Amino acid sequence: MRNFGSVLIAIACLISLETNAQIDSTLLKRMPIDTSKNLLNMDAVYNRPFLQVGKLPVSVGGYIEADYSYIGEDGVTDGHSFRVPRMTLFVASSIHRKIKFLSEIEFEEGGEEVAIEFAALDISMHPLLNLRGGIVMNPIGAFNQNHDGPKWEFIDRPLAAVDMLPATWSNVGFGLYGKYFLKDWAFGYEAYLTNGFDDAIINNGENRTFLPASKDNKERFEESSNGEPLFTGKVALRNNKIGEIGLSYMGGIYNTYEEDGLILDEKRRLDVFAVDFNTTIPILNTFIVGEWAWVNIDVPATFTQQFGDKQKGGFVDLVQPVLNGNLFGFDKATFNVAMRLEYVDWNDGTFRETGESIGDEIWAIVPAISFRPTAQTVIRLNYRMMQQTDLLGNPPAKISGIQFGVSSYF
Amino acid sequence: MNKIKITFIISILFTFISCEELIPEAPAENELLDGPTEGLSHGEQLQFLKGDIAFNDEVFSSVTGLGPGFVATSCGSCHAGDGKGHPFTTLTRFGQSLPNTLPDLSIGGPQLQNRAIPGFEPEKLPNGVPFMKFTPPAVTGLGFLAALTDQQILQNVDSLDADNDGISGVPNYITPPDYFEQKWFHQPVNGKIIGRFGKKAAAIDLLQQTVGAYNQDMGVTSTFEPVDPMSQLSTDPEVSDQTIRDVVFYLRTLKAPIQRSEENNQVLQGKAIFSEIQCASCHIPEWTTPVSDIEALSDKTFYPYSDLLLHDMGPGLDDGATEGSAETFEWRTPPLWGLGLSPNSQGGSYFLLHDGRARSIEEAIVLHGGEAENSKNQFTALSEADKKALIKFLESL
Repeated sequence: MRNFGSVLIAIACLISLETNAQIDSTLLKRMPIDTSKNLLNMDAVYNRPFLQVGKLPVSVGGYIEADYSYIGEDGVTDGHSFRVPRMTLFVASSIHRKIKFLSEIEFEEGGEEVAIEFAALDISMHPLLNLRGGIVMNPIGAFNQNHDGPKWEFIDRPLAAVDMLPATWSNVGFGLYGKYFLKDWAFGYEAYLTNGFDDAIINNGENRTFLPASKDNKERFEESSNGEPLFTGKVALRNNKIGEIGLSYMGGIYNTYEEDGLILDEKRRLDVFAVDFNTTIPILNTFIVGEWAWVNIDVPATFTQQFGDKQKGGFVDLVQPVLNGNLFGFDKATFNVAMRLEYVDWNDGTFRETGESIGDEIWAIVPAISFRPTAQTVIRLNYRMMQQTDLLGNPPAKISGIQFGVSSYF
Repeated sequence: MNKIKITFIISILFTFISCEELIPEAPAENELLDGPTEGLSHGEQLQFLKGDIAFNDEVFSSVTGLGPGFVATSCGSCHAGDGKGHPFTTLTRFGQSLPNTLPDLSIGGPQLQNRAIPGFEPEKLPNGVPFMKFTPPAVTGLGFLAALTDQQILQNVDSLDADNDGISGVPNYITPPDYFEQKWFHQPVNGKIIGRFGKKAAAIDLLQQTVGAYNQDMGVTSTFEPVDPMSQLSTDPEVSDQTIRDVVFYLRTLKAPIQRSEENNQVLQGKAIFSEIQCASCHIPEWTTPVSDIEALSDKTFYPYSDLLLHDMGPGLDDGATEGSAETFEWRTPPLWGLGLSPNSQGGSYFLLHDGRARSIEEAIVLHGGEAENSKNQFTALSEADKKALIKFLESL
C-alpha cells in the first residue's frame, strides 16, 4: 500500500509540475457549494467543492483534517498528541452529460493507509433510474456516505459509525439509484449488490463482534470472500420544511462457508438495519442530525459470547449557530455551539451462565464549539467525555479530554 | 459590534478550556488491583509493561492460535482488572477422583474446552466422569506468594492435628512438568514439589500456571506445552517463549492488594473477631518474603490471608474430583486479599468459593465445613453487630 501511495503522490506531483508549466492559474475555476446543506444525504458524494481547470471536463478537490488531543483514562494519559487522521483527494469527470465518474482516495495517518473509498461510474437513464458501478459506498445509515470531515463540528467520527458500523465501508459492486421531486418533497432510493464481509467480524483481535475488521481484507476489491453478494438498500424522504429521514438495510452471508468445494461451516448471515434523520429547526436554525443502527449476526452458539450476536448504537448531533456574519474578517463566518450524544452496545444480550446483562458498551457526550470562516472550513474545539463498560459490566472506565482541530476542503 | 462578538467567543473559549479536570481522576491506589509493585527498576517496569500488554490486550483468534477448543480468548477475559473471574469463564476440570493419579487423557481433559472456533465442535463432558468447576482467581500479589520458600509453607503443616485445634493443613505435592525450573527454595519430595497456585494448589509456580492457562484455557500451544489439548497432537508454537516469560514477570510483579479503611473501628473489631473464631488459623494474615531475584520482592512483609495448604472443607464442598495429591474434599486456602474489590471484576456482585456458588461473603462463610466447621459455627453464633464487623473487615481486604 505504501508503494501504491508513493506512486500516486509521484503522479500527482508530475501532473502538478506539468500543470504549473502550462496552465495560467487564473483559469482555475472554483465551484463552491454550501456543503453543510444537502438536498438528500445520498447526494453527499457529489455535493463537494471542486476545482475545474478552464473547460476541461475533469475537476479535482479534496479535504484534510488535522487535530490535537489530550485524552486520559482513569487518571492516566498518554499526553499531548497531534495527528493528520486523513487527507482525501477527489477526482471527478463528466464523460457525457449523463455519464459521470468520481473517485475518492484517502490517505490515512500520514499515508500509512491508502484506500480508494469511492470510484464509480454513474450512468443516468432517468432521474429515477441511474446505474452506478465500481467501488461504491454502501448506503447504510447516513454517515457512511456523508463522512467528509469539514461537514462536521466534531473531530472524532461517531463511534457507532466507525466502531460498530464500518464507516467508511465501500465495496466493489453495482446498483441503481434514483430521485423524485414533488414541490417541497424529495424521494430517493439506492440499491446495490457488492462484495461483502468475511469471517473476521467474529474472528479478530478486538475481542468483540466487529464489522470494521472486514475492512482489513483488501481482497474484497478483487473477489468476494464467499461468493455471496451483500445487498444494501436505502430509501429516503425529505421535506424542505421538515427534514429528511432515511431507512436502510444491509445484509447477506458473511462467512466463508465453502472453499474448493469443501463445506467448512454453515452459512451465517449478517443483517443491519438503520434509520437516519436530519432537520433544521426554524427560527432557532438549530441543525440536528443523527442515526441509529441495529446489527444482527449469526454467531455459532458453540463459539464464545464474547462475540455478541446483537449490537445497537447511534448518535445525535445538535448544532446551534450563535453568531453569523463578518467575524475576524470573514464576511460569511459562523460560530456554532454543538453537542454530540452517542452510544454503542457491542453485545446486546444476557450471559447464558447467569442470565445477567452483558456489558461491552460505551456512551459519550461531546460538547463542542466551532468556527466556520467559510462553509468549507471548520475550526473546532471538542471536550470528549466517555464511559466504557467491559463485557462483564464492571465499573466503567472513565475517559475524557480535549480535542482541537481544523478541517477544510481544498 | 465586532468587539462584542469577539468578547463573546473568547468568553466561551475560556469557559470551555478552563474545565478544572480535563481528564478523569485516577481511582485511589487501594481501589485498584492492577499495577506494578513498588521498587521495580526501569528495565523491570518495561518488562512489566510487555507482560501487561500480553496479558490484558492480546486477544487470540483462530488466525493467531485460538483453539480449536477453548474457554477464553485472552488472559484478561478471565481476570478483568487482574481480579477474580466471572461464571462466564468458569473452568471445568475432570477425570480424576483419586489423589496421586495422572489424568486419563484418553477421555479428554484435564480441562473441558467448552467453546470452539467456528466450524469445530466444543469438547463435551464424558458421561459419569468426576468434575469440578473453578471460577478464575485474582492474580494480584502472586509474585509474593511465589517468592516464599517451601520451608515457610511447611512450617504451618499439621497433618496429624498435633495441636488438637481441628485444623490440619497439608501441602499438595505435584509432579513437575518437563520444563520446570527448580529454584533454591523448592524442597522436592520423591521428585514432587509443593504446589501453591490454583484452587487445589496444583501448579507449582507461575510458569506452570501461565503455560497451562495458555494451553488449556485458550488452546494456545508453546514450546513448553506443544500439545493441543483438543487434538492431543503437537503443533507449532502459537505463543512465543518471550511472551510467556513477560507474562510470568507481569504476574510476579503485580502489586499486592492494599487494604482499605484499616483504621476504621468496625474493621478493627472485625479483624479481632476473625482471629477469635480461628479464621486466621488457615487464612494466615502475614508473611515475609526471603531474598528474591527481583529486589522489589525481597524481604517484604505482605498480607495474603492464606497458608497455601490444603484443608478438608467437608462434604458440602466435595465435588468428587481432584488434582495432584489433594483429596476431593480438600481445597487450598484461598488468599483473601482483594476480596472486597471482587465485585469490581465480577460484574458488580460476588461469585465466591472455588466455583462461584456463594453470592456474598456471608454465604461463603456459611458454606465452609470440615476443618472450618467450628469457625463457621462460631460465626453463625455471633451477634449481628459482630457479623457486620467481620464482613466489614473482609470487605476492607
